[in-house]
Amino acid sequence: MARLQKLHDVPAWIRWPVYALLGIFLLTVVQSITGTERLTQVSTSREMLRWAVPIFLAGLGGLFSERAGVVNIGLEGMLILGMWFGAWGSIEYGAWWGLVIGMAGGGLGGLLHAIATVTFQVDHIISGVAINILAPAITRYLSDEIWASPTTSPRTTSVGDWDVPFLAGGTIFGWESPDVLLDIGKAEWWFVSDVADLIRGLLRGTHWVAIIAILLVPATTWLVWRTRFGLRLRIAGENPQAGEAQGINIIRYKYVAVVISGALAGLGGAFISTELSGLFQGGNSAGRGFIGLAALIFGNWRPGGVLAGALLFGYVFGLDLKDLDGTASHALLLVNTVVLGAVLLWAVKRRRTTDAVLAGILGSGAFIWWLSADAVPSWWSNILPYVLVLLVLVFFSQRLRAPAKLGEPYRKGS
Amino acid sequence: MRKILLAAAAPVGAFILTLIISSITLWAFGSNPFSAYGDMLGHAAKLETQVDILNRATPLYLSAVAAAIGFRMNLFNIGVEGQYLFAYLIAAQVGSMFALPQLLHIPLIMITAMAVGGAYAGIAGVLKVTRGVNEVISTIMLNAIAISGVIAWLQQSWQSDQDQFTSTTLGTDPIDDSGLFPDINGLLEIFTRDIAQGKQLTGLLLVAVAVGLGYHFLLTRMRFGFDLRASGLNPFAARAGGIPPKRMVVAAMFLSGAIAGLIGMVELADTAKFPPDPIKGLGFAGIAVALLGRNNPFAMVLSALLFAFLDVSAGILQNTQAATKEIVNIMQGIVLLAAVIAYGVSKRVQEREEARFTAEALAEIDPIGADS
Repeated sequence: MARLQKLHDVPAWIRWPVYALLGIFLLTVVQSITGTERLTQVSTSREMLRWAVPIFLAGLGGLFSERAGVVNIGLEGMLILGMWFGAWGSIEYGAWWGLVIGMAGGGLGGLLHAIATVTFQVDHIISGVAINILAPAITRYLSDEIWASPTTSPRTTSVGDWDVPFLAGGTIFGWESPDVLLDIGKAEWWFVSDVADLIRGLLRGTHWVAIIAILLVPATTWLVWRTRFGLRLRIAGENPQAGEAQGINIIRYKYVAVVISGALAGLGGAFISTELSGLFQGGNSAGRGFIGLAALIFGNWRPGGVLAGALLFGYVFGLDLKDLDGTASHALLLVNTVVLGAVLLWAVKRRRTTDAVLAGILGSGAFIWWLSADAVPSWWSNILPYVLVLLVLVFFSQRLRAPAKLGEPYRKGS
Repeated sequence: MRKILLAAAAPVGAFILTLIISSITLWAFGSNPFSAYGDMLGHAAKLETQVDILNRATPLYLSAVAAAIGFRMNLFNIGVEGQYLFAYLIAAQVGSMFALPQLLHIPLIMITAMAVGGAYAGIAGVLKVTRGVNEVISTIMLNAIAISGVIAWLQQSWQSDQDQFTSTTLGTDPIDDSGLFPDINGLLEIFTRDIAQGKQLTGLLLVAVAVGLGYHFLLTRMRFGFDLRASGLNPFAARAGGIPPKRMVVAAMFLSGAIAGLIGMVELADTAKFPPDPIKGLGFAGIAVALLGRNNPFAMVLSALLFAFLDVSAGILQNTQAATKEIVNIMQGIVLLAAVIAYGVSKRVQEREEARFTAEALAEIDPIGADS
């Protein structure tokens, strides 16, 4: 117990990279056993980041809304609005305006949700479901009217990407800096080169939106936990009556939080249409708004945790994209076995019988499957991210603490 | 009387607001809203269009009842979509494997569908009560797992011609005629002229009516329905009253999924197999129909008919070129959101009225309490 206490004393910016290194170490070990190289390739971490950014932005949007006590199932709809308005803005006014207009479109969805839930006290989930039904309808209509096709737009423009100098060979004022990580990666040192490859995937060809998204982690932590605005926003979710007694306009804070929530989901959507697909395409959201919510729960309603969850889900999505023969997903089975084995040990130590039994069954199942086949079928790699979301929720749902008054209607003066 | 007026004011207000917003939208994009509405209503007066509307309203209503069973106890089964497609596929496959007399074949297929739908929804229920997993997210993930993974895979491995992978041969083997739910054109033609254009009124309409009546009976006359409503209104009081909350969650999810399993049967009676590209989106539309009808078995009939009318009108608008057909989806979305907000307002007004009524009644009571 005392040892664990110490672990929590380690600051988060040291703790998380250590976790990440442990994860990469596990991937490297599995890779040496199975022979695939895809688990730690440059392209794998690049795809991971591309998938993680919209998931993270949606999850961060959920954080603002839920910290203020408003459940936001409508994130998916707001993300879809962001996809459309982002593409439209990018075509009409250029790439950066596309992102801004995408945020505005998502924010509009947030405003709608706020009007319904905060002013009219509609059940939060019902309002969210309604927005999720309304948003695709709006985008279909607007696409058909403006681009003469309900599901696709013309090509959009992208704000572009950036190579980090020195580490990933970016250019400074026309001078090409050395690509240190490339050299380390090529050296094929066990583990070290794998780490270099994975980091290089994050630093080379990095979308500007991805950089903004990463910067939003410290920015959100500061805004929500270090400023008066953030304190009041959290009061709206934890104990609105107490806040009201202090003279805080709870309703205004809830409104602001839900609109920010929609705007962030909208930015995620704009990123999907303008940066990832290069056009608006109906159905391209692939449920990333919902997965953002799962990342929010996984991350215990904290920005760093949301990012970790988004990267985890993004990794599995990204891996599947390049994994046509199913060998990398097959190797992941062994990773699952090890992780579930660790969960089993932890559960036994803590005398949590159900967790232990579940982890034992799932872990040995994964191991037997890994032993009995050389590759997994493609349908399995397709559903793996969603299975992972379910598994994560199965093991984490009970250990987390949501804002105290999450989802409860608030009426002034009650 | 006042109460009924108040209850009706909300959906009517929402509908008028929807007409205003969609008219502005149509007008802003250069269409004439009146000619669009005229086309929609003009076609709806025809018998064949009415058959289309009923054929669409039937699965929508089943889907709405499925969602409403969960909503009644604050359980959000967003997974109707995955449950009905999964049940549809398995039932079609099971149906194609047997040659049986009609009286056995049809029930076999329908019971399979209900069992599969119920079991798949039950997973979310079990996860909720044993592991505390929020059912909204778990059912959405189960949707993705069923639709993009399992169904796509089984559709391919169960197709009749294994050598040729084309998109048109995907799906299950055809079911014998004995397994197909007959149409009820004859029943309708008692009241009307003959149905032309080869349109068939689905026999599942009768099943939907039975399900609606059963749902009404369940809620108003049965212990389970009472437990369901009590758990939704006040879970703590329900628990104190001896209603097992965990068992209720699993049972409600199972029942919801079982009704969801019937949705695909409407299309199956027509196609005789799980087609390469089945009708999708009925699960999400059913949620909208249930919310619009406030989970009431009779109000949901009206909202299912409204949604079906709008869906069918999309095709008509495409033919007449009076407006972009996507306007009907916008109307569905707006009427839903407006109705949901209007119900919130009417609930507040009602509560205020009740509070005033109670206050007045209390004021009238004579302090000794002799004639209260």
